Amino acid sequence: MSAEPRQSDFTGKARIALDDPKLRANFRRAMDGLMAKRGAQFADPVEWAALRARGIAARAGSLARLPELLEQLERRCAENGIQVHWAETTQEANAIVLDILQAAGARRVIKGKSMVSEEMHLNAHLNAHGIATMESDLGEYIIQLAGEAPSHIVMPCIHKNKAEVAALFADRIPGQPYTEDVDQLTAAARRALRGAFASADAGISGVNFAVAETGTLVLIENEGNGRLSTTLPPLHIAVTGIEKVLERLDDLPPLLSLLSRSATGQPITTYVNMITKPRQPGELDGPTAVHLVLLDNGRSRVYCDPELRDTLRCIRCAACMNHCPVYTRVGGHTYTFTYPGPIGKILTPQIEGLDCAGEQPHASSLCGACAEVCPVGIPIPQLLVRLRQEAVSPTSTAVKGGGTGGSLMETLIWRATTLMFTSPRLYGAGSRLMGWFGHLAPAWLPGLDRWTRTRSKPKFAAKSLHRLAKERGYPDA
Amino acid sequence: MPEPQPARERILSRLRAAPARALPADPAPGGPVWAPPVHGDARLTRFRAMLEASRAEVHEAGAEDWPEILRTILAAKGVGSVLYAPNTATGRRLAEAWADAPAPTPALVAYDRPVEQVKPMLVERIDAAVTAALGGIAHTGTLVLWPTPEEPRLMSLLPPIHAVVVDRGTVADSLSAVITAERWTDGMPTNAVLVSGPSKTADIEQTLAYGVHGPKELIVMVIG
Repeated sequence: MSAEPRQSDFTGKARIALDDPKLRANFRRAMDGLMAKRGAQFADPVEWAALRARGIAARAGSLARLPELLEQLERRCAENGIQVHWAETTQEANAIVLDILQAAGARRVIKGKSMVSEEMHLNAHLNAHGIATMESDLGEYIIQLAGEAPSHIVMPCIHKNKAEVAALFADRIPGQPYTEDVDQLTAAARRALRGAFASADAGISGVNFAVAETGTLVLIENEGNGRLSTTLPPLHIAVTGIEKVLERLDDLPPLLSLLSRSATGQPITTYVNMITKPRQPGELDGPTAVHLVLLDNGRSRVYCDPELRDTLRCIRCAACMNHCPVYTRVGGHTYTFTYPGPIGKILTPQIEGLDCAGEQPHASSLCGACAEVCPVGIPIPQLLVRLRQEAVSPTSTAVKGGGTGGSLMETLIWRATTLMFTSPRLYGAGSRLMGWFGHLAPAWLPGLDRWTRTRSKPKFAAKSLHRLAKERGYPDA
Repeated sequence: MPEPQPARERILSRLRAAPARALPADPAPGGPVWAPPVHGDARLTRFRAMLEASRAEVHEAGAEDWPEILRTILAAKGVGSVLYAPNTATGRRLAEAWADAPAPTPALVAYDRPVEQVKPMLVERIDAAVTAALGGIAHTGTLVLWPTPEEPRLMSLLPPIHAVVVDRGTVADSLSAVITAERWTDGMPTNAVLVSGPSKTADIEQTLAYGVHGPKELIVMVIG
């Protein structure tokens, strides 16, 4: 897979996605199913409110003490025998992982699902240095076979239907006949991956929560590939963002409940894998060395802005995208970068910069569904608006590429609007003029064309509401 | 001596320089404070119902007769070889009881050597494994496994069938209750795993399929 393009082209890609009935059907079906499953889990609003408040407190509390907790995590991990590495950029993180693998003489890597490794483009880096990487999460395995990127952070191949998977497997797995039977497709993946697990020199995984109190890495999953990747090979490397730290083990139960119920509508995932040490003397299995790579990649900058810091509370459940009317219609690939949907629209512009992903905060109707379902209460619409403002008139250096958005036309329109809405005389004159001449303005008029490109031209009323009220004699009109 | 890490210093100094911020207000002021669920007398019923909802097979048995019941279940599934832990109480009980059991009795294979020496057998050739569980969690229908040198991690993961023996007296209400009662914060083992059903996936068209990587079947023997 080649490195990610640096510029998002949301508008262009959305147009193509909207015209693809198969893609739209795949997403519609999947999102409807995920929303229903989540809804059933949180049928009791009292329980939801209490649990969510606990989840918010756990995440916000851990973030408030982030620097101390990272040091505590590092100390505990070191005591337990896990080596901790720090990377400011994805390039540094890739170099660290490559060094560890090369020092161990590793040639074949098996991977558990990890969005941070996608953010790093780790596979491409390792492949370029002669190290083979095999994704083992079924969804990730499918898209790796297809040479694609994930389109959803929990269900990476949600954009494909079973006929597409059947054709892919028949084409790419030796001896595999074409079948749309999901049990048979799953069994084929198990057979194909068993050997890869057994022959891997190292396993690479992500981390869902890193508990500072005990130095424990918590990984949740349903398939068991994450457990295999972190147990069978002799070396385990975990990569994670610096924000994933939890202060106490006691924070884990409410967050596990919120995460699995929000993500897939399960009371708990099949496996909760808690890794605290490498293989100890006398133990018969498990990796003999465990490394943890802590990736910053812009997160410490996000942290510096008190409002935007809430972005880092995210536990990657994907409920925001499952409930997003925009994501459901355009799919994950439209967002270009690793994290799609509402969380991507606030995270990507902050990590990559508003100069290359500045259109993403605008790809929202601000309907608020994402904030309503977010289990850790991230005020996503509020942060979208804040990023729209930062793109035009920066108030903080926290946002990369601030001030690079906007255009002369946009500035002029806003200036004129502000002027008109702050002066009763101008407002009266302006609305009257629009009533008289508005219908004469062609749809292609510069400025108006931004609106009429995808919508019909508004019809201007002959008289403004204000004028009508005045005529009817309302005293305060 | 670890190498100095300039990235570490730069990241931490940026984080330390960030302005402090008041913690967010309670989103549901006056609402109930979250507490771990309590199931009381309904604990075992809930444990069983939740496990069965995740497609685990649950059997109740006595402390003495469980190996015989398990033997019948496994034999009916055509299981030929069973991985066991010879130096645990569970493993010893199984070996004793199966020593002179009538045919068909699955062959017991001991996991008593490092994984490197037995990898092909573990990965490809074992039909089932039997382990104990440290306890259970009623709320989510979950087994708590703490693998040990005597009962290694891969036993509950590689074979297509995993049978777990759990003492009914060790079933707790919630994960929070287990963490507190077992004083997990005093020290965690190399690896602890919560298991709530057989391995599954819904990655292809949200259709549930079992046994994609881990066990396709989970058999829970609730004893005592």
